[in-house]
Amino acid sequence: MKIRIKFQKQGNLKFIGHLDVMRTFQKLNRRAGIDIRYSGGFSPHQQMSFATPLGLGLTSSGEYVDFDMNSVPDKKTFLQMLNDVNVEEMRLLDACLLPDDAKNAMSLLAAADYTLTFREGHKIEEGFYEAFEAFLSKDSIPAVKKTKTGFREVDLKQQIRRAERRPEGLFLQLDTGSVSNCKPEFVMETFYETWGKDYDPFMFMINRDELYGEEEGKLKKLIEYGSDF
Amino acid sequence: MRKNALSDEILMAVEKPARYLGNEYNAYHKDFDEYPVKAVFCFPDVYEIGTANLGMQIIYEQFNENPEAMCDRVYSPWFDLDKVLREKKIPLFAVETQRPVRDFDLLLITLSYEMCYTNVLQILDLSQIPLLSKDRTEEDPIIFGGGACAYNPEPIADFFDVFYIGESETQYDQVIEVIKKAKKQGLTRLQTLEALADIEGLYIPAFYEAFYKEDGTIGSFLPVNPHAKEKVKKQAADMRKDLPYPHRPLVPYERGMMDRASLEVMRGCIRGCRFCQAGMIYRPQRNRDLDFLKQAAKDMLEATGYEEINLGSLSSSDYSELKDLLDFLVPYCEERKINIGIPSLRIDAFSLDVMSRIQDIKKTSLTFAPEAGSQRLRDIINKGLTEEEILEGARQAFSGGWNKVKLYFMLGQPMETDDDVSAIPVLADKIARVYYETVPKEMRQGKCQIQASTSFFVPKPMTPFQWAAMQSSDEFIRKAKLVKEGILSQLNRKSLIYHYHDDHQTELEGLLARGDRRVGKTILRAYEKGCIYDAWNEHLKYELWLQAMEETGVTFDFYNYREREEDEIFPWDFIDIGVTKGFMLKEWRKAKQGLTTPNCREHCSGCGAACYPGGVCYENKD
Ligand code: SF4
Repeated sequence: MKIRIKFQKQGNLKFIGHLDVMRTFQKLNRRAGIDIRYSGGFSPHQQMSFATPLGLGLTSSGEYVDFDMNSVPDKKTFLQMLNDVNVEEMRLLDACLLPDDAKNAMSLLAAADYTLTFREGHKIEEGFYEAFEAFLSKDSIPAVKKTKTGFREVDLKQQIRRAERRPEGLFLQLDTGSVSNCKPEFVMETFYETWGKDYDPFMFMINRDELYGEEEGKLKKLIEYGSDF
Repeated sequence: MRKNALSDEILMAVEKPARYLGNEYNAYHKDFDEYPVKAVFCFPDVYEIGTANLGMQIIYEQFNENPEAMCDRVYSPWFDLDKVLREKKIPLFAVETQRPVRDFDLLLITLSYEMCYTNVLQILDLSQIPLLSKDRTEEDPIIFGGGACAYNPEPIADFFDVFYIGESETQYDQVIEVIKKAKKQGLTRLQTLEALADIEGLYIPAFYEAFYKEDGTIGSFLPVNPHAKEKVKKQAADMRKDLPYPHRPLVPYERGMMDRASLEVMRGCIRGCRFCQAGMIYRPQRNRDLDFLKQAAKDMLEATGYEEINLGSLSSSDYSELKDLLDFLVPYCEERKINIGIPSLRIDAFSLDVMSRIQDIKKTSLTFAPEAGSQRLRDIINKGLTEEEILEGARQAFSGGWNKVKLYFMLGQPMETDDDVSAIPVLADKIARVYYETVPKEMRQGKCQIQASTSFFVPKPMTPFQWAAMQSSDEFIRKAKLVKEGILSQLNRKSLIYHYHDDHQTELEGLLARGDRRVGKTILRAYEKGCIYDAWNEHLKYELWLQAMEETGVTFDFYNYREREEDEIFPWDFIDIGVTKGFMLKEWRKAKQGLTTPNCREHCSGCGAACYPGGVCYENKD
């Protein structure tokens, strides 16, 4: 039985890397005493798979992990069992029961929402939003991305699905996943380069708000792939 | 939310920022302003090592359980942050409150190994607290030292205001009481220290003065303050009582040195190995109560979610109720897929049976610590382990499916000859032979692997070998080469592996362990020259240490290489550990004659530790 969980990673947890988040979940699950499935063998592992790692330094209110369970109580009890023994900064926000043939979160992944706010002590530079708009209105935004094997030319224009100025800051919806993947830091870095100004990686605080899959050309939140339980 | 002492820019730039956040699950987070006594506990090494330390966890628990106190934590900043703190003049901070260390009333530094001494100075320096006790003012915290190295506190006496000699459980509640009163009554620093001196087990170095003879040895060591006692008595807890224990230990985010719960089954050791400081200073051996341990194990595992629990003690096989404890723990852990680690088990049928149930025998290796290669030398050091026992244990293990064995030895013990050294590879080879004799060809999975490691011996204070001369670096290396050559000439050399520990680190450890107050200047000088993290072999700056010694007139000849006269006054003689100097001297003489002494369960030798209640000395007596 597969359960998908949506959780947050806030505050100082932004300094905790993905491997440590995985280890933290293993311990959390043991403390909570939930009936998660284990692999066989001499050192059994909990059957867990995360949608996608979050970059170090980013916060999130939309992280996902799928659990393979032997049995589960109702959703409210399930979330409470885990949150009661959890740190506030990693609170579980929601969960759903997935159909048996459901694909895992990682393979569904198509897009992510991000909100960028200016960090305390860093002022919005004059003309920032105007320049950003101009940047986006080009027909193509070529950029060179560093990959494991070398460099690759990409068109950011194809990867930025939405960008909006909002009261809290800049909202970005970006391609995410194995087919096309774009990180908010890379967008900003490319933008500053085009703008001709120095990019300070600490100018923005970045929060990931949501993760989506895609069905018939429409985005669907990962939590909407299952049902209540 | 509390604000971090460091900016995000700094935290993102340093390795493992989680070291400095104090946001672990189960952290106490007591409010700084709410409690009259504010303590910060320090382990002077990197976070991963500090958080794994059980002593630290116990004190952290004890202080925070006290309704009058709050206790935060601090660890040595790693090199990267050290540099930033110095450059930006950011005062070192406690991780939970993120407040400067110097804002607290007490800084409690645990001293688990001598090679952390320059890290102590780093902590004080970065905290912007004067390095020398005599330079501190009313504004500064009172600096406490405790732990295994406090049994010879003299080399670091200048840096500490107070040493706590012994186990933390007995007196810290009283310390909290005194500090609370002192603050309320507005006592001066001196008055507060005097009040602390009245507590048994507390040593205030400033209240004593050492006088030296012409030959450099100590002529007298005397109190110079009416509150100071002539002898400071070691504190040993009565383990039958319900003592503070970390039932909810911290759960670090990052993989630590020990990502597991630790269960201390007993304290002390019944075996009287003559080289072993822990075996003497933690006397008498005291069992913890079985029900207490069952409960603590359950509590810790439930409160942390750890996948492993480790039974800790100097010699777990000597815990009287080990079988009952394991009868509970093994099924409990099996059901929950939790691993059990039991180091320091004696290899016999019982322990092999236990280990085959809790470990993957294909992956684990069997450990023996003969400490010496020949029976002659094992008798001299009083290691009650015979060659027959080792070979029989190995034979049983090999039939049980193990094929890896680790052997631990020490080089440079008193009265050691080259024949004793050469016996090490011979013993390793004999074990390999047992493997090929016991396990038929078709059952073998490749070769067996016998790994011998040697460390170099430091005659430690408070042991029967405290009189012995320590050998020089050159002699150590010569002996290690002898072992190496010996290994290469054995029949089964392809099944044997040999490692040896660094000699430079050991030489300095000897100096810092055996030194007196005059060595303090050397430590300070070494720190000023840039020595920190000396316990990390790759960071040890041996040349700088040698310069510091030269500049402060301290030599290995005097502190390490010299056999000490039977009537010499040792720098640590003012500490009473229960075990008497007379007993240790008798043991030293017996060692010279090659005579052994039975362990505490076989026969009590009247060492003096029976002055503490509730241990092996009173077994079968009440
Ligand atoms: S008094 Fe006897 S039983 Fe007690 S620790 Fe000493 S030798 Fe052992």
